[in-house]
Amino acid sequence: MTTIIDLMAGVMSRYGLITAFAIVGITVWVSYQLSARFTKRKLHGSAIAIMLGLLAAYFGGVVTGGSRGVADLEVLAGIGLMGGGMLRDFAIIATAFGVNTKELKRAGTSGIVSLFVGVFVSFAIGAGVAYAFGYTDAVSMTTIGAGAATYIVGPVTGAAIGASSDVMALSIAAGLIKSMLVMAGTPFVAPLIGLNNPRSAMIYGGLMGTTSGVAGGLAATDERLVPYGAMTATFYTGLGALLGPSVIFVVIRAIMG
Amino acid sequence: MVIYGVALLAGCMLVGAFIGQLIGVMIGIDANVGGVGISMLLLILVAAKGQASGRLDPISQKGITFWSAIYIPVVVAMAASQNAVAAVRGGAAAVVAGVLAVVVSCALVPVLSRIGGEPSPPLPDPPSEQGS
Repeated sequence: MTTIIDLMAGVMSRYGLITAFAIVGITVWVSYQLSARFTKRKLHGSAIAIMLGLLAAYFGGVVTGGSRGVADLEVLAGIGLMGGGMLRDFAIIATAFGVNTKELKRAGTSGIVSLFVGVFVSFAIGAGVAYAFGYTDAVSMTTIGAGAATYIVGPVTGAAIGASSDVMALSIAAGLIKSMLVMAGTPFVAPLIGLNNPRSAMIYGGLMGTTSGVAGGLAATDERLVPYGAMTATFYTGLGALLGPSVIFVVIRAIMG
Repeated sequence: MVIYGVALLAGCMLVGAFIGQLIGVMIGIDANVGGVGISMLLLILVAAKGQASGRLDPISQKGITFWSAIYIPVVVAMAASQNAVAAVRGGAAAVVAGVLAVVVSCALVPVLSRIGGEPSPPLPDPPSEQGS
């Protein structure tokens, strides 16, 4: 019996990416069944699938002690490849095929405005929360603020201005919370904030900035909105990494004296 | 040929990533600045030209639409490989900072939507739920 299981596990890890296709396919199918039977399709199948994914990531992390969710289980390592940056970005770019260029131009200005507003607001909130929790030096406040922007801006900024490693970890955790909340929560807030057209999707992407969060959240809401939100969100991390260690750090240092 | 579409998509991604890295180097940060967004714009431009001239025929287009359709499963795989444990164990400060950043940014969406004229109409209802 064990040899059969070993054999199976061997096949699954050797054909990692193929295993990922099969497992994700089953997950999506189950999610659409749940959506139809228990929510009358009110909650998208893709939203359920993403939440199941996050849940699985949590258990994967608990079981393995690793940092890549279920992908740290040897037999499911292919999930990490399938959901990794390379294929994710490739698929995101493909969604741009067939976008409405008129909408893109019309929303251009508000998209750019939302990027700057999004970066500054997130830094301000993160820095404020850091202060409230007793991190009153400019370096820690800026680094935690950077984490509230995205979990990539956090460590990039922290490294540039010399933050301690525990502050850096805190900043990454803040960014991860944001990303996962956006992934799972977008379909629920979408009706409240008018997130149902290309323009508001571009603004949403610019304000939130977490590419993975926005990409997942919009997919769970209405996949036709994905290219618009992803377009602005992909500029956010660059902008945050540019402004964080420079302008924003200088401003926070000036305020804190 | 389907591969033409896939190759076009790949080409756009590589050029976009290169430009993004170049911008990163120019502004002095070791990161890809907007590479994906630039790739998307490139794809929109090149594909429109290709379709107009007839070089990007419907079969070649399948090489792009396949990857567009596989996007949601890729996102599910991405969700399953997140560092969810680190997020939960980050402590109260991380949770409060993350949650507040999301809530306030959400509240700003309707405000910024008013910039540049009347709000856009919602997309029409999709024909079928499960889509392509």
